[in-house]
Amino acid sequence: MTGMAGVRFWRETDSRYNLAGNRCGNCGTVYFPPRPVCLKCHRESLGKMVELRLKGTGEVLSFTVVHETKRNFEIQLPYIMAIIRMDEGPALTAQLVDCSPGEVKIGSRVRAVFRRIGEEGRAGVIYYGYKFVLV
Amino acid sequence: MRDVAVLGVGITQFGELWESSLRELGIQAGLEAMRDAGIRSDEIDALFVGNMAAGRLIDQTHIGALIADHAGLAGRNVPAVTIECADASGAAAFHHAYLSVASGLHDVVIVGGAEKMTDLPDEEVTEIMATSLDQQWEAFFGATLFSEYAMIARRHMHEYGTTREQLAAVAVKNHAHGALNPKAQFQRPIKLETVQNAPAVAEPLGVLDCAPISDGAAALVLCSADRARKASDSYVRVIASAQAGDTLAMHSRGGLCSFNATRAAMEKALKLAGKSRNEIDLAEVHDVTTISEILAIEDLGFFPKGEGGRAAESKITAIGGELPVNTSGGLKARGHPLGATGIAQVIELVQQLKGKAGKRQVKSARLGLAHNIGGCGATAFVHILEAV
Repeated sequence: MTGMAGVRFWRETDSRYNLAGNRCGNCGTVYFPPRPVCLKCHRESLGKMVELRLKGTGEVLSFTVVHETKRNFEIQLPYIMAIIRMDEGPALTAQLVDCSPGEVKIGSRVRAVFRRIGEEGRAGVIYYGYKFVLV
Repeated sequence: MRDVAVLGVGITQFGELWESSLRELGIQAGLEAMRDAGIRSDEIDALFVGNMAAGRLIDQTHIGALIADHAGLAGRNVPAVTIECADASGAAAFHHAYLSVASGLHDVVIVGGAEKMTDLPDEEVTEIMATSLDQQWEAFFGATLFSEYAMIARRHMHEYGTTREQLAAVAVKNHAHGALNPKAQFQRPIKLETVQNAPAVAEPLGVLDCAPISDGAAALVLCSADRARKASDSYVRVIASAQAGDTLAMHSRGGLCSFNATRAAMEKALKLAGKSRNEIDLAEVHDVTTISEILAIEDLGFFPKGEGGRAAESKITAIGGELPVNTSGGLKARGHPLGATGIAQVIELVQQLKGKAGKRQVKSARLGLAHNIGGCGATAFVHILEAV
């Protein structure tokens, strides 16, 4: 591991810890993570993207129970991945925790919680961010 | 732009090829393509190679130079480039090789695709494949390529009533096709129950819903149609090669049940070819999972949205059906050595259109379509080939 391996994690912490996104001042579309340019308004949105923190609530668009995964996530198996439509509009990908798969449905209401996501190797950087729980 | 033809093809066995290195596979496919085309190495103007992840899979970047060197092209200072679009790298290399001949810049080029995936343990390959997603906003949180497709599958079942049996029917069909392809990784038919009862990868998808980890390489010789006409009475014309894109993260799109990149690439390809989709006789589509084939045949417009599952179940897409899909066995059974897949798809079309597909031959096939996806739908290529 190189000396600066942690940088790519802390660079994103405002969005991962605080759900910082942004909103197009031209058309009102909300983005998460924040985008420099609105996908609909293009140049009309330049300089008009306004920071906005998501409230952390939304609903499940789809989910899966993962049984085969990549290095460093195997210790968590099986785990639930979901795509969640946030109440402000954007969707994101996250784990659903503190519930059994049988309790989750498409359309289930969920809210964000702050959790440990994983670590790089056995002695590596521990990184944190959002997971979701049923409400 | 001038007309472009496929003059020759070469493909290695796909599978777990412990004894073969990436360079050996690449050269084997390339030499076979040159032999098939009847050309000498001093006629080659350029080499294009599709490769997704050799930098991590075998710690080697610069794959174009590697293959050119060991194929003996370096001595003539032939230009070689590696092209990456995740697991659509093969199609991307084909697209740019095609453009280089169509533009008149080159007369004869080799385009190959190669990947060596079995030198690393599965969990590392899974991690590397997930780098085709948005690493910071999908994969970081634990998403894998197959977990993304699993979420598409669940949503497709929810919105359209697609069933577990229909997903499994895609695998059964493609394994039946693979059993007729001597280059396929899996050449054994499987039963519906076997697919449904296989260990889960990401629910509702099991091991037999997902393409395997594979080694393999494939190569084509492309040249101008004028040259092909003089050299041979047996060649295939490339009448369209189109690409379209979408957001890197799947969650940033409007819905989960459609790949707009596929739709856009298809519209462009049909326009370039001057054909309508009902003229297509067979298609090789990106079945990296069973739901992927269902999505592909819907988004290509062959079946209405929600009807893709029934297509496999009712054998419309089997050899002998109205629109045979993945006659090679597809990514599912032929195998999915990432960068090689897009080239292997075109080779299947060439063999079918030349009437040389053996036991899996589609009768009187004139027009074939190849569809290759990068990652989970951020990149799509569609090529259309015509028999001469």
